[in-house]
Amino acid sequence: MRYMMLIYSKEQPDPSARVYSGHRAVMEEAARKGVFIAAEPLAPTSSATTVRIESGKALVSDGPFAETKEQLAGYYILDCRNLDEAIEWAAKIPTACKGGAGCVEIRPLPGIPQPPVETVSEQLATRNA
Amino acid sequence: MPDVRAAAEAVFRAESGRILAALIRISGSFDRAEEALQEAFASALAAWPEKGVPQNAAAWIMTAAHRRLIDAVRRDHTRFEKQDELRYAVEAASPSGPGNEEESMHFPDDRLRLIFTCCHPALSQQAQVALTLRTLGGLTTPEIAKAFLLPEPALAQRVVRAKRKIQEARIPYEVPPPGRLPERLASVQAVIYLIFNEGYAAHTGDRLVRADLCAEAVRLGRMLCHLMPGEPENFALLALMLLHDSRRDARVREGALVTLEEQDRSLWNRAAISEGLSLLDRALSFGAAGPYQLQAAIAALHAQADRSEDTDWPQIAALYERLLVWNPSPVVALNSAVAVAMGIGLEEGLERIDATGRSGELDGYYLFHAARADILRRLNRLAEASAAYRRALALATNRVEREYLQHRLDGC
Repeated sequence: MRYMMLIYSKEQPDPSARVYSGHRAVMEEAARKGVFIAAEPLAPTSSATTVRIESGKALVSDGPFAETKEQLAGYYILDCRNLDEAIEWAAKIPTACKGGAGCVEIRPLPGIPQPPVETVSEQLATRNA
Repeated sequence: MPDVRAAAEAVFRAESGRILAALIRISGSFDRAEEALQEAFASALAAWPEKGVPQNAAAWIMTAAHRRLIDAVRRDHTRFEKQDELRYAVEAASPSGPGNEEESMHFPDDRLRLIFTCCHPALSQQAQVALTLRTLGGLTTPEIAKAFLLPEPALAQRVVRAKRKIQEARIPYEVPPPGRLPERLASVQAVIYLIFNEGYAAHTGDRLVRADLCAEAVRLGRMLCHLMPGEPENFALLALMLLHDSRRDARVREGALVTLEEQDRSLWNRAAISEGLSLLDRALSFGAAGPYQLQAAIAALHAQADRSEDTDWPQIAALYERLLVWNPSPVVALNSAVAVAMGIGLEEGLERIDATGRSGELDGYYLFHAARADILRRLNRLAEASAAYRRALALATNRVEREYLQHRLDGC
């Protein structure tokens, strides 16, 4: 099962070198154990843009949708056996705050359900007709 | 054939947890397992009046449920291609092969996996309680809803959500590895004790004691001792529940709450006390202290006092001091202060209570005000006592407890 680990933390102008080396260590270990799929930091919320559709028009605004103390700062996608393994990896992820403030939210990635074969062939048939 | 139905229901109540636990392991699904068990129970009710109740009724139900499971998986197989793996698992794990209904129960006991999954910290504690009672308890959903004073759909919804999360987030169906065991076992013990306390001191409603929940918690506590006999805290938890439960009949008289001090101790259940005491001895013999052992030791000192004035309060105060190290919560500090008041001196106890209350955390806790009121009353400071009883009364929700406080207030 693939799990996405969403890292929430207080934004800092310059995350310390210690935080980066902490992430590198987790990513290397995850890669070595065949668990690693992806991981990346997000640019700070000052660069964020929110788009929502209102009365058919795209409404664009500055910043993230919700003003909270902790912001989404990065993510991992790891392939784990079960939630317990995912929790163990999540506990290793350093957050951008010193002293372990912030948190990691674990969400399973169920994938998009495949349409049944009949539906696909029906669609192909209508398109060909 | 009412006797056959009664026999079937007795088997069901006693064995359904164990059968369900095995079926969940085999099918990898709570819902499939529950469905198969229900169908097997129905087929037992249909078959037994004619053929008689089989010698090993539980194995009969297990085998029948297992067949239903295989049928269901085969049915679904045509719809979901992914089920291939599952079907293989079901057939490979066949417990005794078809036709061996009379064989003794050789399927392994999976209840330990089940209770660890139900009490997984990724589920809310309310969901842990509901799911544990639903799968391992002998109570039905309507019975659980009634015991927790919840509308039945709300409780059913809670169970459905928890089962869905187990499936979707893939909460493992296994006993945690040794490194994780202490914290995970603590969460299982907490759920069992919570069920007991809900039954023992109902927060709202008319009845003070809901005996069915207490009995259920004791049953789960026994199961945990049986499945994990190397853990002293399991024995201590069971001892603690039995020692509390031994006072059940003495706690309420004509619908009114009777305090420990005023209880008719001849009404205490001696069998429960002696079992509780010997379980506590067994727990202590491991030589590894823990919070349930300390709490059970406190309950044991109360149980061993023939009259309330014989209570060894200084020893109880010392045990609460040690419990505070394990669990430095204001509620434990409050109990510790009361023990000091009773065992060392009322003035010193009152000082301790007021110190405990200084943080403000206990302002909304009716027992804080009730305990303060009680000590003020004993010190004959009646005006202050009646003010404290009033604050307690404003916070208490249980009718029986409110009547007790009102009665005390009237006496000030």
